[in-house]
Amino acid sequence: MWLKFEQRPEPSKTMSYLSPLLAVALMFLSGLILFLVLGKSPVEGFKVFFLNPIKDSYGIAELFLKATPLMLCAVGLSVGFKANVWNIGAEGQLLIGALVGGGLALHFDGSTSPFLLPGMIVAGALGGMAWAAIPAFLRTRFNANEILTSLMLVYIAELVVSWLVHGPWKDPDGFNFPQTKLLSAKATLPILLEGTRVNAALLLGIGALLVGWIFMNKSFLGYQMKVAGQAEHAGRYAGFSAKRSVWIGMLAGGAMAGIAGISEVSGPIGQITEHISPGYGFAAMIVAFVGRLSPIGIFFSSLLMALLYMGGEQAQQYLNLPSSISKVFQGMLLFFLLGSDVFINFRLRLVRRRK
Amino acid sequence: MGLNFISSILFATVVAGTPLIIVALGELVTEKAGVLNLGAEGTMSVGAVAAFAVAHHTGNPFLGILAGMGAGILMSLLFGISALTLMANQVASGLALSIFGVGLSAFIGKPYESVALASVEPIRIPLLHKIPLFGPALFEQQGLVYFSWVLIVLVAWFLYRTKAGLVLRAVGESPVSAHSIGYGVVKIRYQAVLFGGAMAGIGGAFMSVFYTPMWVEGMVAGRGWIALSLVVFATWRPARVMIGAYLFGGCMIAQMFVQGSGVRINIPAQALSAMPYAATVLVLVLISRNRSTIRLNSPASLGQTFLPDA
Repeated sequence: MWLKFEQRPEPSKTMSYLSPLLAVALMFLSGLILFLVLGKSPVEGFKVFFLNPIKDSYGIAELFLKATPLMLCAVGLSVGFKANVWNIGAEGQLLIGALVGGGLALHFDGSTSPFLLPGMIVAGALGGMAWAAIPAFLRTRFNANEILTSLMLVYIAELVVSWLVHGPWKDPDGFNFPQTKLLSAKATLPILLEGTRVNAALLLGIGALLVGWIFMNKSFLGYQMKVAGQAEHAGRYAGFSAKRSVWIGMLAGGAMAGIAGISEVSGPIGQITEHISPGYGFAAMIVAFVGRLSPIGIFFSSLLMALLYMGGEQAQQYLNLPSSISKVFQGMLLFFLLGSDVFINFRLRLVRRRK
Repeated sequence: MGLNFISSILFATVVAGTPLIIVALGELVTEKAGVLNLGAEGTMSVGAVAAFAVAHHTGNPFLGILAGMGAGILMSLLFGISALTLMANQVASGLALSIFGVGLSAFIGKPYESVALASVEPIRIPLLHKIPLFGPALFEQQGLVYFSWVLIVLVAWFLYRTKAGLVLRAVGESPVSAHSIGYGVVKIRYQAVLFGGAMAGIGGAFMSVFYTPMWVEGMVAGRGWIALSLVVFATWRPARVMIGAYLFGGCMIAQMFVQGSGVRINIPAQALSAMPYAATVLVLVLISRNRSTIRLNSPASLGQTFLPDA
């Protein structure tokens, strides 16, 4: 007897919703095994990693704080991913958005204009879009693979940040630390809930989810992008421009990543440093996939991903494990999701083995 | 600019190009079978840390290479299960492998961050290594440098002069035809993917055991992605991989050029470090500009999932 995948007559809707849950369950399970292998008590490890971070209201507030850049980036990326536009450089777009928005704040340092903060956010979005426009242009004009070019631009963006904070933008009174001066109160996002760090960026994130939902489900342009992604030939036959899909997909990702970047700089960090993002731009790809590229799904998967980040910090503090353990969990989650997705199109059948 | 300076630049260029050659050739074979594995960066990272750990504990760099290779095979097996057995999207599976591998290597490597390995003596070819200018670059190198040259010949010979290579290319061009005349497409693709993983692991081992020799989180620094771009640059031809790898190797040691040339130029160090990445983008643009070059040379089924019974 032998197990064999058999194609379903049509993709299973139920499985497409169950698959992310199955993936999360498998991730929890392998987490228990991982803790066991590392010589920690699995129960204790699980508690420290997944429950400790959200055991009080402050922790839950931090969860939403960390989920904000993830949901912003992920909703932008999902627009492109639906159309098979592979922008994997959101991390770089996030950094450039942080630089342009933060640069505006530094330029108008001390300004009390009420337009400063909105201006910074627009500048952040434009910065991210400009960085994303490079691979979009190279793809549509020169046919260059956007996966590789957008990724290369992440490394370049990191070096631009490094150059600015070590050089021209370094705070002269900052004891030679590679960072800019702190942004003024007028250039800082207002706190939503007294006693926590949750700021107005969360509203931007939820707003982005709404806009994303309307764009993908209620607009003709969004419909065209979906068709182009699911059936390239049908899309071309219907006259939907593939180039336009690339541009919209890349720019949406860039704009949202840029807003995420400036929200970090004018939010919890308060200045430009070399450590603006612990890989939010990459983790957001996982958030987008686990959220089934839908805004509602992305809302929940960004919270889960934020929990993985916080769990890593807890594990470092209380279990003496490197915080990079959260990236191991992130990678496992994506693998489990991709694996579970097989059941959307296939079912397992017992067959007799042919001789 | 002395002769010695040029000689040492040539030497450093060859060293910097070596991991790129090895990793890119592995990926080339994988892609020739029609599989796009974007996981090279993660596979290299895990290979590098595994090799470093084993070389550190055993004191034997050769065992380190084997460990890197083994780790690379295991990593690519994950990709194979996802993209070949479970028929998941190849791009997403490769990204997963890169994210997972980079994270896993940082996690495993933490205790080794403050450890240094003794540098390994190069293998000197008698007499030849004394040739001025080219001697050190070509004949006073680590074993893996010579290995990379042998690998180019072997891969080219395998792909274009053996039956197995012909079958592998057929699988990459038209998996449905290959399947219908009785070749096991998934099996052949697995072999190609595992070979690619083994090479990416060895490339990582070269980085951590011979090149630096130490382990730092993120030390692979995009070389896996650059190797992927090299395959496009080489238009899927093994010999051209070498040319590209040395061009990039030269680019990576640009800092040395500038510092050693004695010319005082006011360029930030970061601009020099960005050169290989900018060069990668440039090269991709130059090659891809001509659509027919890409269409004629890339394996026809590249990146497409093969459904055995569809």
